[in-house]
Amino acid sequence: MNAILEPIQTTGRTVMQFFASIGRISSFAGKGLYHAVLPPIYWRLLFRQFIQIGYYSLPVVGLTTLFTGMVLALQSYTGFSRFSAEGAVATVVVLSVTRELAPVLAGLMVAGRVGASIAAEIGTMRVTEQIDALNTLSTNPYKYLIAPRLIAGILTLPILVLIGDIIGILGGYIVSIYSLGFAPENYLRNTWEYLEAMDVISGLVKASVFGFLVTLMGCYHGYNSGRGAQGVGSATTNAVVSASILILIFNFIITKIFFS
Amino acid sequence: MTKKNKDIKIQLKDVCKSFGDNHVLCGASLDIHKGESVVIIGGSGTGKSVLLKSILGLIVPDSGTILVDGEDVTKLPIHKRDGIMQKFGMLFQGGALFDSLPVWENVAFGLLQNHAMPRKEAYGVAVEKLRSVGLGERVAKLYPAELSGGMQKRVSLARAIATDPEIIFFDEPTTGLDPIMADVINDLIVKATKELGATTLTITHDMASARKIADDVAMIYDGKIIWRGDAEGIENSGNAYVEQFIHGSANGPIAIAV
Ligand SMILES: Nc1ncnc2c1ncn2[C@@H]1O[C@H](COP(=O)(O)OP(=O)(O)OP(=O)(O)O)[C@@H](O)[C@H]1O
Ligand SMILES: [Mg+2]
Repeated sequence: MNAILEPIQTTGRTVMQFFASIGRISSFAGKGLYHAVLPPIYWRLLFRQFIQIGYYSLPVVGLTTLFTGMVLALQSYTGFSRFSAEGAVATVVVLSVTRELAPVLAGLMVAGRVGASIAAEIGTMRVTEQIDALNTLSTNPYKYLIAPRLIAGILTLPILVLIGDIIGILGGYIVSIYSLGFAPENYLRNTWEYLEAMDVISGLVKASVFGFLVTLMGCYHGYNSGRGAQGVGSATTNAVVSASILILIFNFIITKIFFS
Repeated sequence: MTKKNKDIKIQLKDVCKSFGDNHVLCGASLDIHKGESVVIIGGSGTGKSVLLKSILGLIVPDSGTILVDGEDVTKLPIHKRDGIMQKFGMLFQGGALFDSLPVWENVAFGLLQNHAMPRKEAYGVAVEKLRSVGLGERVAKLYPAELSGGMQKRVSLARAIATDPEIIFFDEPTTGLDPIMADVINDLIVKATKELGATTLTITHDMASARKIADDVAMIYDGKIIWRGDAEGIENSGNAYVEQFIHGSANGPIAIAV
């Protein structure tokens, strides 16, 4: 009897825990956003997060999108040249980069870089009682720690992705012109001809959502970090893993909403 | 208990708190009068820090009431506590300094955040508070990680008193300090109570320090306050637990679980 019930119980428990944590995360996100829009806003902290999340992520995002654009040109050339459709290379590059690759890859890179460091920083603050100290100094930790990071995530990722779009397209251009022998005017014409505003906009909307998810996961796992160095360590891992998975799930959902 | 019931600043009634099956506090009651300096003594892990954090609302007790100026703080959610929190200063046992901020901003944190003091002026106050705990201006621009453990403790102390709060909690203020510095800190705590009229609650293992700063001493054991009396009377408490504790004897009613 137990052998039959056991898996069912485990499944039930897992499902319950899953929904419970969705509830906890939503309420956490709600509080964070509430304090993000409610004055006073800590401009100094917000500015610091812009630098941390946005500026310092530029090299990572730039390199990722550059090489992605380059490899995309190479691969699609190989494919399309088999049925003499080389002209489509530019279009494939620009659409893939703006709609999918720049936002998703930038999101994942930022999840690794920013999500981890947010979780580690806030987790350490939890473990060393700095969050308790904030409370005793009448400073709301949601306002002081969470809100600036969420705002910075939501606002900077689209900017990063827009820059990533340009660099990715540039990467495709470089390979196509200097290695595949395309004529620059033709390539550029093909690039712009089929590109619609919606392609770029959907990518930026994705970026904004991903920025929110990454910073939210970093903050949530750090804030609820267990005790000791081990607690901070697993908070960091959980932040990166959950942010990455959420990015892939929401990428699908947003794509579905925009293009179907 | 020896004093009149008026002017009770903090009152704990039957406070209980367990973590899982670890029953830390179990019926703890304590009255602290306005302007009084109470020292809590007790073995390691008996819940002294938990008691302080419960009063601050950082830990929510399972049962019992905690009144601060007659208001039950256990019923207030943390975000509604801001007004009450302004009354408190707290020196955490581990320091709990903000390691992303330089020392002076740590000390001036409450002034900058809640009193909206201009940064220049706050810096001046911070330097002055640092001086009172025996640290020079040189330290002000350093980060907490660049300080020794004892210096961190003193910065933390400076932060606790920076806003001149009505109630100050010191969780082991002299642990990790050399004897001379410990005495400077004792003087500082005495000064805070006597001159500024603050109500203070101090946890310490250091009996010399307890004798110096305490009006009253309370001993916590097995989740309760088992003894309370004035500091002079502690030698003749007539309580076997207290005697064992202040003489640091391994033999007595307090059994150390190994
Ligand atoms: N957040 C927490 N979660 C779980 N258990 C806790 C927590 N905080 C304290 N405890 C437990 O409560 C007990 C009392 O801890 P507390 O820190 O109050 O001891 P203490 O009297 O201050 O000791 P010390 O003199 O060593 O500082 C300990 O057994 C500790 O493990
Ligand atoms: Mg303690």
